[in-house]
Amino acid sequence: MATARDSTRTAIAAHAVLILYTLIALFPVFVIVINSFKTRRAIFREPLALPDADSFSLVGYETVLRQGDFFLYFQNSMIVTVASLFFILLFGAMAAFALAEYRFRFNTLMGLYLALGIMIPIRIGTVAILEMMVGTGLVNTLWALILVYTAQGLPLAVFILSAFMKGVSDDLKNAGRIDGLSEYKIFFRLVLPLVRPAMATVAVFNMIPIWNDLWFPLILAPAEETKTLTLGSQVFIGQFVTDWNAVLSALSLAILPVMALYVVFSRQLIRGITSGAVK
Amino acid sequence: MTALRLEHVDKSFGQVKVLHDISLTVEDGEFVVFVGPSGCGKSTLLRVIAGLEDATAGRVSIAGEEVTHVPPAKRGIAMVFQTYALYPHLSVRDNMALGLKQEGAPRATVEAQVAKASHMLSLDDYLKRRPAELSGGQRQRVAIGRAIVRDPKLFLFDEPLSNLDAALRMNTRVEIAALHRTLSASMIYVTHDQIEAMTLADKIVVLRDGRIEQVGAPMDLYNDPANRFVAGFLGSPAMNFLERSVAGLPEGVTLGIRPEYLRPAPTGRIGGTVTHVERLGSDTNLLVETSQGERLTLRMFGQDQTPVGAPVTLDWDDADAFFFDATGRRLTGADQPSVPAA
Ligand SMILES: Nc1ncnc2c1ncn2[C@@H]1O[C@H](COP(=O)(O)OP(=O)(O)OP(=O)(O)O)[C@@H](O)[C@H]1O
Ligand SMILES: [Mg+2]
Repeated sequence: MATARDSTRTAIAAHAVLILYTLIALFPVFVIVINSFKTRRAIFREPLALPDADSFSLVGYETVLRQGDFFLYFQNSMIVTVASLFFILLFGAMAAFALAEYRFRFNTLMGLYLALGIMIPIRIGTVAILEMMVGTGLVNTLWALILVYTAQGLPLAVFILSAFMKGVSDDLKNAGRIDGLSEYKIFFRLVLPLVRPAMATVAVFNMIPIWNDLWFPLILAPAEETKTLTLGSQVFIGQFVTDWNAVLSALSLAILPVMALYVVFSRQLIRGITSGAVK
Repeated sequence: MTALRLEHVDKSFGQVKVLHDISLTVEDGEFVVFVGPSGCGKSTLLRVIAGLEDATAGRVSIAGEEVTHVPPAKRGIAMVFQTYALYPHLSVRDNMALGLKQEGAPRATVEAQVAKASHMLSLDDYLKRRPAELSGGQRQRVAIGRAIVRDPKLFLFDEPLSNLDAALRMNTRVEIAALHRTLSASMIYVTHDQIEAMTLADKIVVLRDGRIEQVGAPMDLYNDPANRFVAGFLGSPAMNFLERSVAGLPEGVTLGIRPEYLRPAPTGRIGGTVTHVERLGSDTNLLVETSQGERLTLRMFGQDQTPVGAPVTLDWDDADAFFFDATGRRLTGADQPSVPAA
């Protein structure tokens, strides 16, 4: 009896903490979204009030949609993020598999070398990257961003995934070898499904910084047709006047695709955890 | 025909040599068990046979063909792993069928083979389930089924029962023995459980530190061990080894005597005190500390009322005693010392 009541009490306490944390985390998002539906005056007078009949306005969204190629920016951001994640996961998983599975000279050294990138921020190399992109004619293409983000994401991906792959049962891989599966099939059909939670983690870790990045789009792909959403939104932030309606609306819209991606990955995460490996 | 021939096989991992000059043959239809303590290289040897590890030196031939450099799938072997190693995302049926499908066998053959194996192992009701939905024993049967389906020239088992509980282990052991009779296939079975080794094997290979200590039929090894290691490894409770407790034993020589060959006797050659009694119903084990401070076990059939702390004197028949020199080698024939009766 006592233990049952205790466990209810701990559950309530845990939920209270989690709910409080959720509220704190969601509060800024909430403020952005409600203010994006208000007139400029209402935003400044009562920033925390919900939009009512008086203060409701879609002017921000109208500005955003009128402002040229907002959908193009959207599309660019989406392409860059999804393609970068795809390459990070693919190459990261392949490198991790090689490091975890095969014995070869300099295996450990290679692992350390790949992990070095975690500690050195890629922005230090911006000038060299820009020179390289100019040299290869990739400036103002989405490929420039995809390549840079892939390079930026790989070290952590290799590090996390190789740790997980070392945990995949050797017997399972050997059973596959005896059944005549090629190393590629063993990688794609046996190992990848089992490290799906780790892949989802890596994807979520990498997604947000890529989506929000302003630095590389500004330097490598500032042209109109390659602008990303974050860069495109900057037109509303001026040195002297800022169109807050438009900024808030753009931000509200920018949340949607990341949320969609997050839902996809988190479902993978949960499915991976619940299906589990079979001993 | 020989099912397997190993010639001077060595295996090293970097600087560490784990298999030393292993030569061995397995005849067609033979059930061979590798036993040895943990880390002695049993699994490594099995993996060399399977082709999952390359031998550093030496030759491996299966069913008369040299396969030293042939990949595992083309060696005509099937393997059952300790951890079952079933494909978690495939149904039981697909788990069993995968190997044949990869070989490109016709659909009808695959179906027939899967049906045969699942019938043999009473898995018919579970064919559509995923491995996660099976019990440990069922999973191990699926793993065995997966091996049967491929109709291999040689079965390899790596401690297949060690994740099962005691009752299930006994059942599955009997099942594997029955399977061996039905299929009359050649099998190699790795275990560190000497009961499995004694009950299943036509031939036991005792390994220690990557070397073969002795090869022979279970009763030959039991009755005629080549050295102290084999004598101590087979048999439960293990053989008693005495150096000091017996008067008249030459310096450096050890007397080995199995627990069931010791008996209480009023004028025995060993004196001591009972320190513990294990009553199993059918047997009674007495743990005795001799007056020279060595410990030994005495096994009596039936039930016995000797209390803890009682003084005992023990004796044995000279024909049942083994003698080993300081290096552990068995002393036979004229080399055997004689121990005078008390
Ligand atoms: N991949 C490897 N790299 C280096 N050493 C290894 C490797 N695999 C096995 N070993 C070593 O080889 C020796 C034999 O290992 P093996 O797994 O064959 O033992 P085993 O007899 O099967 O033991 P157990 O009964 O515990 O399964 C051990 O000392 C082990 O540390
Ligand atoms: Mg082993």
